Amino acid sequence: MDVTTISSFRAARTRADLALAPGEVPIAGGTWLMSEPQPRTTGFVDLTTMGWPDLEVGPEGLRIGATCPIATLVEWAQGRQTRRTTSLATPPSDWAALALAPRAADALLASFKIWTTATVGGNVCRTYAAAAMISFAVALDGVAHCWAADGSERRLPVADLPTGDTTNALAPGEILRAVEIPAAALRSRATLRRIALAELGRSGSVVTGRVDADGAVVVGVTAATSRPVVLRYPGVPTAAELRADVEAAEGYYSDPMGPADWRRAVSATLALRVRHDLLQETA
Amino acid sequence: MRLTINDSAVETPAPAPGQCLRTLLRESGHLEVKKGCDAGDCGACSVLLDGEAVHSCIVPAGRAEGRSVTTAAGLAPGDELHPVQEALVESFGFQCGFCTPGMSVTASTLGPEDLGDLDRRMKGNLCRCTGYRPIREAICAGVGGGAGDGCGGCPTAALASAPAAPVEAEPEPVEAVDPAGAPMSGGVGDSVRPPRGREIVQGLEPFTFDTVVPGTLTLRVVGSPHAHARVVAIDTTAARAVPGVVVILTHEDVPRRRYSTARHQFRDDDPDDTRMLDDVVRHIGQRVVAVVAETAAAAAAACALVRIDYEVLPAVFEPEAARSPGAPVLHPELDESDRVHESGRNVVAALHGGYGGDVDAALAASAVTVGGTWQTSRVSHAQLETHGSIGWLDDDGRLVIRSSTQVPFLVRDELALLLDLPRERVRVFAARVGGGFGGKQEIFTEDLVALAVLRTSRPVAYEFSRNDEFVRSSFRHPMRVSVTLGAGTDGVLTAMKIDVLSDTGAYGNHAIGVMFHGCSESIGVYRSPVTRVDAEAVYTNNVPSGAFRGYGLGQVILGVESAMDLLAQELGIDPFDLRRLNAVRRGDPIHVTHPDHEEDIVWGSYGLDQCLDLAQAALRRGNGVEAPAGWAVGEGMALSMLSTMAPRGHFSDASATLRPDGVVVLDVGSAEFGNGTSTVHRQIATTVLGIGGDRLVLRRSDTDLVGHDTGAFASSGITVAGRALHAACTKLRTLVAGLARGVVGGGEGDDVFAGDVAADDVELGPGGAIVDGRTVPWADVLAAAAPEDLVTDGLRASVEERAYVRSLAFNVHAVRVAVDVETGSVRVLQSVQAADAGVVLNPAQCRGQVEGGAAQGLGSALLEEVMTDGAGTVTSSVFRFYRVPQFADVPTTEVYFARTSDELGPFGAKSMSESPYNPVAPAVGNAIARATGARVFTQPFSRDRVWRAAAEAGATGGATATAS
Ligand SMILES: Cc1cc2nc3c(=O)[nH]c(=O)nc-3n(C[C@H](O)[C@H](O)[C@H](O)COP(=O)(O)OP(=O)(O)OC[C@H]3O[C@@H](n4cnc5c(N)ncnc54)[C@H](O)[C@@H]3O)c2cc1C
Ligand code: FES
Ligand code: FES
Repeated sequence: MDVTTISSFRAARTRADLALAPGEVPIAGGTWLMSEPQPRTTGFVDLTTMGWPDLEVGPEGLRIGATCPIATLVEWAQGRQTRRTTSLATPPSDWAALALAPRAADALLASFKIWTTATVGGNVCRTYAAAAMISFAVALDGVAHCWAADGSERRLPVADLPTGDTTNALAPGEILRAVEIPAAALRSRATLRRIALAELGRSGSVVTGRVDADGAVVVGVTAATSRPVVLRYPGVPTAAELRADVEAAEGYYSDPMGPADWRRAVSATLALRVRHDLLQETA
Repeated sequence: MRLTINDSAVETPAPAPGQCLRTLLRESGHLEVKKGCDAGDCGACSVLLDGEAVHSCIVPAGRAEGRSVTTAAGLAPGDELHPVQEALVESFGFQCGFCTPGMSVTASTLGPEDLGDLDRRMKGNLCRCTGYRPIREAICAGVGGGAGDGCGGCPTAALASAPAAPVEAEPEPVEAVDPAGAPMSGGVGDSVRPPRGREIVQGLEPFTFDTVVPGTLTLRVVGSPHAHARVVAIDTTAARAVPGVVVILTHEDVPRRRYSTARHQFRDDDPDDTRMLDDVVRHIGQRVVAVVAETAAAAAAACALVRIDYEVLPAVFEPEAARSPGAPVLHPELDESDRVHESGRNVVAALHGGYGGDVDAALAASAVTVGGTWQTSRVSHAQLETHGSIGWLDDDGRLVIRSSTQVPFLVRDELALLLDLPRERVRVFAARVGGGFGGKQEIFTEDLVALAVLRTSRPVAYEFSRNDEFVRSSFRHPMRVSVTLGAGTDGVLTAMKIDVLSDTGAYGNHAIGVMFHGCSESIGVYRSPVTRVDAEAVYTNNVPSGAFRGYGLGQVILGVESAMDLLAQELGIDPFDLRRLNAVRRGDPIHVTHPDHEEDIVWGSYGLDQCLDLAQAALRRGNGVEAPAGWAVGEGMALSMLSTMAPRGHFSDASATLRPDGVVVLDVGSAEFGNGTSTVHRQIATTVLGIGGDRLVLRRSDTDLVGHDTGAFASSGITVAGRALHAACTKLRTLVAGLARGVVGGGEGDDVFAGDVAADDVELGPGGAIVDGRTVPWADVLAAAAPEDLVTDGLRASVEERAYVRSLAFNVHAVRVAVDVETGSVRVLQSVQAADAGVVLNPAQCRGQVEGGAAQGLGSALLEEVMTDGAGTVTSSVFRFYRVPQFADVPTTEVYFARTSDELGPFGAKSMSESPYNPVAPAVGNAIARATGARVFTQPFSRDRVWRAAAEAGATGGATATAS
């Protein structure tokens, strides 16, 4: 919609440009910012003109630029050659966990038409509980690389970034520069299960799971809880143990995407299905 | 800014910093880019940006600089259509057509490889009318080169074991009633395509706001943050100072007269409880101040600066609490003379009555009794075109309102009354309306627009946002329905006891009608010797409820049909048989709370028996769709009855005018909002006049065209307006016959009495009237006409249809569902509806109405619920949080028509717009109950509720329960 309170739209090209004046907020894809009135916002500072690379592959893992469109991540992870991926290096063949990216995108209510515009960073920074790029990053121990307003930088686990549904640990003026996924996690075998009150609706619960090379298992619960829940096991947990842990997790909440009791119950069910997937693939 | 739009280089003014691409395109004249939500959720604004589909409402306009945009009008060169668009036109792929341009754009990007995954690819495009089946088929045909040839996305391919054509039982032959004596292609009984299809798929057929009225001001309102409060002071100083603000209206500027936003033939049907702007607010979001400004931005800025002091009053949100002692009273000053039953108890309407004796004694004496209490939720109409109107003064200084309304004449009458203007000084008309479903049988924008036009003497527009739809339009009335049934061991009903509590919210628009109508055919459909009904509609401080497809029946039917299912389970009787045993048969009296038959109901036809047989047979036949492993499976069914018109009269004028060039102009008052009446009206004219569609011009929904029309509601488009048009066409043809006879007989036209000629004495040939083998040129026919039959256009025959009697139509819905008891997920494996529509005048369109009604029924059965926080705030106020069914949520509904011919309707037709919706929710609920052993008593039967009920009942997967 027309955001009528906006009186300036400024392209950022250097880090200095990212200093926000009162009333200014960064805009990435704009798919959320343009979808609601923004009564307290008077200016947009465009991050997409920063020229950040979308996807960088290195020995430590994958670095996803905050302004990388969700579509680019999905197409690249699927090994598809599109106008967005042609200039990118092909993904290492042993990064099996990349298969989670398209499944995470499918967990969004947003369709492919939004993914071309919406960015990974925008999804993380809007910090809905149902932010599927958070689900993806949490599943794979992703790290948020942030630029603070004072010129300093910091890194924190993406799992620790959300402080609630739509709130996060970014300080005023702090910018998410990239999401980094460690190579070891990318080499794991991973799976994702999700449910919503409508078949392809906005997620009420997303449960991810992965088995690392050393057999360690990481289960993530997002969308059902106001903050991500990460459960770590040295090996595949028993069904009873997993169910108990998921049910005991904190932060199940109620909103139009589902009441807390249902979210808790279906998260446990999805976790068991995730466990089943992991066992299948291990076998 | 430079960009390319549909292959033309364009230079636009620099976009505003916060502007989106959608409005930039519309400002550049591309009105084919629609707005359904303005928030990225519905896809109506889809365009291609450098060849990729995007939602233009969430793309910053500036980012289109130097790029190429393609709209629905530019998907193919020149006048051509994209293959998907061709297929949408061919295969009845739209009803209102508002979603169709965006649908076309998205579909144009798909390839054959996407057809297996259409649910996902198309989830960003919502259609409220069709139920998606024809769109799916059109995409398969357009992208894959033909539906049904192994295309995985096509339901028709998946349903290989289903009968080839789901439309069974052909309509009665129409020749018998065709005055021309021969079937006419394009006439009644044919699946004639709706007019203007090529324009609609390109977005070129104008809806309400697809016009440019130069110099139009924008109206925006300030909503109340309180559920109940007195406005103490309003300070508009800062708001007035905003550049571009023209006028600000408060309760001090509006007429004192109270009215109802609801519109009916008789204005006394609704309580006068609403002021245009009030100094007491009764729900959160109620408009308090209206700002009129040069631009939307100025209006919004000014709205934010209006300071309002409130004295907050106690509020009540639960209807039971609202009618209990000590509750805050919402409308203390109103009484019976305002049509408020008992304002001190917040009761706007009450029905207490019955027949046959003491119901409790009858229940006590019954061999078996079953019962329960069901609760329905608020449902949003979610028509894709939001409410809105544009007003201006014409050259004569007359007030003109172009509105998205189902009832232009009733709006005109009420505006004239409110503003103290003679009726002829007000014109109200509707362009094509982008869906209504009852929600546009109200005045939500026209009143303020009219006032603002009179105050400013300038054109004024007020267009609802999607959020406005959720905070200040209306919803389906939530109702609590308790039903107790008594029966003998043979299943024959001995008593029915019904208690209904309806929440009308802050205002009583449609409260009375919906409550009474809700308790009519739903109960009258069963032959019970003893019946007792207690119903009340109460005010609460919630957003008002209003007219919604089915008009109260669906809520009560949920209770009655679910209770019937309990009875069938209790007695081990097949649920179809239980209906056969107890439902009314032709000739039975229809009554609800008194022993006598409702005297305005006639048995023009009866098709319930056939509907039960057709639905049961289809369910038995199955469709080969299997449940996922481990899911519980169950079947359920329900029936509904609906009269073919609202009680107490529905009026339509129509005229047919023969022009000198042999073209006949048809004028009707009724509006087209996707219900397909325009098509059927043309078909009726074709059959009666014996001329093809190329010689017909249909004009509609304009108070300047005809004297009066009650409007497009209560499914009256065919049964009343169609009858009027039928009569007008017959009259015209008879008139022409008489005149032509006169000319042929030697100019003694005066000697020919109308009684001596019949309509079919004459053929309306292309060059003139053909009578006794001779052609009389049209000029000669017109020259012979009496002056009183001539208007500027030509020879006119007018009819005023005043309909008071109604017939009855039936629907039976049946489903087989699978339930994952661990998550509460419900999958509808098979959906069947049998409909008794009388003679089906346009089978493809009528099938579309049934499918669309079934889709809405499935939506409100499983998904849709306007949620509040319990303190009057709507928490699901955008499509992102309100679940309109997507592609994935709507299975194909097999549609079967009973073979009946109604004595009342034109050509034996009955209405079939609202009724398909009514039996769906109980059918689904009954199937869930049979699958899981757990009945859910609150609608929607959302996953959380099904999960909770199943968990409490200890349900496990894998069981299969059949309904028959
Ligand atoms: C139809 C539809 C469905 C949607 N479904 C979902 C869903 O299921 N789940 C979900 O989570 N969201 C959903 N969204 C919301 C939103 O579109 C997505 O979260 C999207 O990924 C946001 O990305 P963006 O680049 O468009 O963000 P923007 O709209 O540009 O920004 C979002 C917010 O993040 C801030 N921001 C953006 N980038 C940065 C950065 N690098 N550093 C700091 N702050 C930043 C902005 O200031 C703003 O507050 C949906 C939106 C639509 C229109
Ligand atoms: S209007 Fe843009 S998606 Fe609905
Ligand atoms: S035809 Fe799709 S919304 Fe009306």
